Amino acid sequence: MSAEKGLNLTLKVWRQKNSKDKGGIETYQVSNISPDSSFLEMIDILNEQLIGEGKEPVAFDHDCREGICGSCSMYINGQAHGPGRAITTCQLHMREFKDGETIYIEPWRAGAFPVIKDLMVDRSAFDRIMASGGFVSVNTSGNTQDANAIPIEKVNADMAFDAATCIGCGACVASCKNASAMLFVSAKVSQFSLLPQGQTEAKQRAINMVNQMDEEGFGNCTNTGACAVECPKEISLENIARMNREYLSASVAKE
Amino acid sequence: MALSGLFLIFFLLQHLTINFTSVFSPETFNELSHFMGTNFVVQAILQPVLAFGVFFHLAMGIRLELMNRKARPVKYAYSKPGANSSWVSRNMIITGITVLLFLALHFYDFWIPELKIKYVDGLMDDTTRYYPELLHKFENPVRVGLYVLSFVFLALHLLHGFQSAFQSMGARHKKYTPIIEKLGTAYAVLVPFGFIVIAIYHFVAH
Repeated sequence: MSAEKGLNLTLKVWRQKNSKDKGGIETYQVSNISPDSSFLEMIDILNEQLIGEGKEPVAFDHDCREGICGSCSMYINGQAHGPGRAITTCQLHMREFKDGETIYIEPWRAGAFPVIKDLMVDRSAFDRIMASGGFVSVNTSGNTQDANAIPIEKVNADMAFDAATCIGCGACVASCKNASAMLFVSAKVSQFSLLPQGQTEAKQRAINMVNQMDEEGFGNCTNTGACAVECPKEISLENIARMNREYLSASVAKE
Repeated sequence: MALSGLFLIFFLLQHLTINFTSVFSPETFNELSHFMGTNFVVQAILQPVLAFGVFFHLAMGIRLELMNRKARPVKYAYSKPGANSSWVSRNMIITGITVLLFLALHFYDFWIPELKIKYVDGLMDDTTRYYPELLHKFENPVRVGLYVLSFVFLALHLLHGFQSAFQSMGARHKKYTPIIEKLGTAYAVLVPFGFIVIAIYHFVAH
């Protein structure tokens, strides 16, 4: 990689000391960034630069750096996980940007995702939604049946698997103009309700998880479809329709 | 939102059908209007249901908007919503409020005078007044312009609203959803266009 090909960029990064701090955008310059580096590697370079200058590095969430953990959560140039489809921020490469470009980097914005520091947000609201019903109550540990003993339609198995690929990154909430968590919750509802093991508790699960979602302060779905477009795992809006169906029928049948 | 929306979509089709008769048969228009204005079931049952439907839809719409705004207290410094969603889907409140403003004009134009004619002036049995009243409404170019503009906004509202109502109620199917979406687009374009045609036809022809 020759030095000429490196990118010189202006970064407008959200800096916020803690959840109480008001925070604001700070401008930084980075130079000679390889187009082959990932977005997070570019942030690493910025942080080394900041440390070298005696400044506080930018705090951001990251873990696997291969698109499966759902930790990285940056709102880049007005889009969750930046430009490009079906990728997380760690899978975004600097070749997507032009030399001399200004890049805005912000944390997910939602009342239910308070900023912890800089680009890190507290996504424990998702954990509480899962704890409210995102499980199968029967303990299968140690006495699990052979998977093939229960016949499951291939179509349903595939749809359940697709729903289960949700990594809970929160890009759906970040992208939605209403900060709604419907795509996430519906994926978690669907991954169980499509399979026999999860069907027994399907109705109660839909009610409990939707109620918890509302309690956490997420917005309501108005079907703009932004969530599904920005989702790194391409979770479909079909899941939201399925959850609506289950919630509706469960609410009507509830005693 | 979805249920009341679908109810209003159904109502709109009935409204257009009756209005459209004015283009080719003033007699039919008079007859149907008189029936709608004097029939007990229409007046005492359907009209209050419609009023409730309209009120419910707008009240819930405003409540939804306020709740959703509250869900993101700090806005993004830079956002690119056009990259992942359509303008019509994001601005239902704007198109909806425009339609609501039109309803205010419609009340002033139609509902209030109608009550006065029927119950104050005592012209309940006049079966021929409706067509001339309609023509009178469409004499003023400003009013015709406002009607046309309002129906353009209604079309924008329906472009998202029609198929969104089905999704909200969980009615989504690999085979039928594409049909519903196409039907929704056709409805959103044709029905408001029908109302526009009526307004322009009477403005130009009379």
